[in-house]
Amino acid sequence: MTTRREFLIAAAASLAAPAAVEAQLDPNQAAVRKAAFQAALGRVVGDAEVRRGRVKLRLPPLVDNGNSVPLSVSVESPMTAADHVKAIHVLTQKNPLPDVVSVALGPRAGRAGISTRVRLADSQTVTAIAQMSDGSFWLDSAEVVVTLSACLEEGLI
Amino acid sequence: MARAVVTLPPQAKRGEIVEIKTLAAHPMETGFRRTQTGDLIPRDIIRSFTCTYNGTEVFRVELHPAIAANPLIAFTTMATESGTLTFQWVGDNGYAVTETASIRVE
Repeated sequence: MTTRREFLIAAAASLAAPAAVEAQLDPNQAAVRKAAFQAALGRVVGDAEVRRGRVKLRLPPLVDNGNSVPLSVSVESPMTAADHVKAIHVLTQKNPLPDVVSVALGPRAGRAGISTRVRLADSQTVTAIAQMSDGSFWLDSAEVVVTLSACLEEGLI
Repeated sequence: MARAVVTLPPQAKRGEIVEIKTLAAHPMETGFRRTQTGDLIPRDIIRSFTCTYNGTEVFRVELHPAIAANPLIAFTTMATESGTLTFQWVGDNGYAVTETASIRVE
């Protein structure tokens, strides 16, 4: 509930703030976030080659509310001691931070997969990467359209 | 109050893959939101989740601010022996919750 006093303080702050706000907002935020995504991708895979396949990323194609989006990742793997999935990473391209979730697992998991709920700041491409025990990387990506963004306060691109 | 819920089948056959669903009550404050007066609300999230099966770690997740409030984590594990599964959530501001569940394997 907003009291009148809080509203007046907020209004005064917003009048006083424009110069500071303009200085903070990056003119090319999309490029900055793209660079952050590439950096996160580099941190996950290093110099290794990433191939498409074996990973299945499931996300609804159209999202009403970006604050809670069901996401599930499953990876084709026999999950034996010799051949299993070591890690699963999920990255986004337009969230304020590219990392979403990182999973460490092994043959004891039985099946390689995780389901959770995530926040999405904008319509974007979400990427899931799996690291196998032989060191290979596999990925899948999904396009999502978000109507109501999470963290609106950050400013849309 | 820190609370968490875990659901898994109470018994399973040896070698069967059981599905585990966990839910922790937590706001997962991202650290990107501002109050009406423009102050940044500090980050307060769960950073990690670990599942151990009779003392052996079988599943670990690192969470980031992009995980929705009240994080749901659903995963699977192989039923190898009767015993206890321990679930631990650790987060900012000293948040730590441990939940246990027992499973009978025949």
